[in-house]
Amino acid sequence: MNKERYELNKDLAKMLKGGVIMDVTTVEQAKIAENAGACAVMALERIPADIRAAGGVSRMSDPQMIQAIQAAVSIPVMAKVRIGHFVEAQILEAIEIDYIDESEVLSPADDIYHIDKTEFKVPFVCGAKDLGEALRRINEGAAMIRTKGEPGTGDIIQAVRHMRLIQAEIRRIVSLRKDELFEAAKIMQVPYDLLLYVHENGKLPVVNFAAGGVATPADAALMMQLGAEGVFVGSGIFKSGDPKKRAEAIVKAVANYNDPKILAELSAGLGEAMVGINEQEIQLLMAERGK
Amino acid sequence: MLTIGILALQGAFIEHEQILHKLNVKTVQIRQLSDFTENLDGLILPGGESTVMGRLLNELSLYQPILTAISNGLPVFGTCAGAILLAKEIINDSKLWFQTMNITVKRNAYGRQLGSFKIAASYKDHGIVPMVFIRAPRIEKVGSSVQILSVYENFPTACREKNMLVTTFHPEVTDDTTIHSYFVSMCKEFHQKREIK
Repeated sequence: MNKERYELNKDLAKMLKGGVIMDVTTVEQAKIAENAGACAVMALERIPADIRAAGGVSRMSDPQMIQAIQAAVSIPVMAKVRIGHFVEAQILEAIEIDYIDESEVLSPADDIYHIDKTEFKVPFVCGAKDLGEALRRINEGAAMIRTKGEPGTGDIIQAVRHMRLIQAEIRRIVSLRKDELFEAAKIMQVPYDLLLYVHENGKLPVVNFAAGGVATPADAALMMQLGAEGVFVGSGIFKSGDPKKRAEAIVKAVANYNDPKILAELSAGLGEAMVGINEQEIQLLMAERGK
Repeated sequence: MLTIGILALQGAFIEHEQILHKLNVKTVQIRQLSDFTENLDGLILPGGESTVMGRLLNELSLYQPILTAISNGLPVFGTCAGAILLAKEIINDSKLWFQTMNITVKRNAYGRQLGSFKIAASYKDHGIVPMVFIRAPRIEKVGSSVQILSVYENFPTACREKNMLVTTFHPEVTDDTTIHSYFVSMCKEFHQKREIK
């Protein structure tokens, strides 16, 4: 990927800001998501909650299913590949996906190496639970970051933890003396130039969304107030009682995340939220995949 | 001092804000009806997803007041999705929004993200400016009252009709302030006319 292409890919993420990216498994769901105001959809065969329930190996979705969703909506379409599975990524690039999510939600294909994302023309988004992970993924070519949270749980605690940690680490890097950055880069196992960018700009060099556990408009607004630039909602919408209504409410909550009055209005009468799993009940911590 | 509102429902609105601040213009983020006040000298409709912004404009009761303000001469600048919101006709979408500008656009006319590109081209008589096209629309037809300000591969990429300026590219993601300066001068004119009244 040349520098210009990388800039274009980072720019696409900027256009998604302030928006909600929704997991969808069918053409019908994709249309519901688009009509509800999703700024992009993530096409996958099973949403994280069902992946969790089913167990077994979870892989890239059938390209035919992804293509059907591409044909059905006008907004960007993303899809997931397993961590390190660069051939799945080549396949998604071949069908002109708008964004690839190298995702811990699927079973990792490689327990050491991530995909060399600089070899691709299509953009990648990757998960991170701290600043070190985020900068390592960016160094590998990710054009967008999302906090990992804990997918498929409907429990916001881990997304909060990861977003707070990243923001706190950013504030700490900003406060360092410039000559202290070399040591910080060594300890965090990240390239110096990326750390210097954080030091000078007080933010990641790419757009940062929140993901993993958002189930309500209040959850989405919480992540925005904590510094997310947008929100991924996986299981939270289509595992709830009234997906359309909930999707619309979460979109509005992200646009007006600082207005409690509006948040109160759109939190009312949404029906059942997804049941969810508490942090202590989780058998499998997906966030621990890929560091 | 000028005050320009930036629709901040979704998309790259902060980038517009940063460029306007470089030009010493005050900005207001428009997220709900109470943000859209009388004293604005201009309005930017940013890049993002037109389907998202259009929907939220209606939901948050912003559609009608903004439409009225544009019809009454408020300078408005639409980039990419913003241009789609202003277009009279959209070739590949049945949903239309403000429809105040005599242009016909085609959404995602250059394809998906792999079709996104960057060029440098001349903008009116203001020299060469960088232009970033992200899943960009294309202006396929313009009315006779529309002035074409920039062209790429025989299609207009920047146009003006009265108080409305559109680009199918994103000047807000570059360091170049040419096009924003042009818009600010439109807003200045509007501001001065209003003061005389």
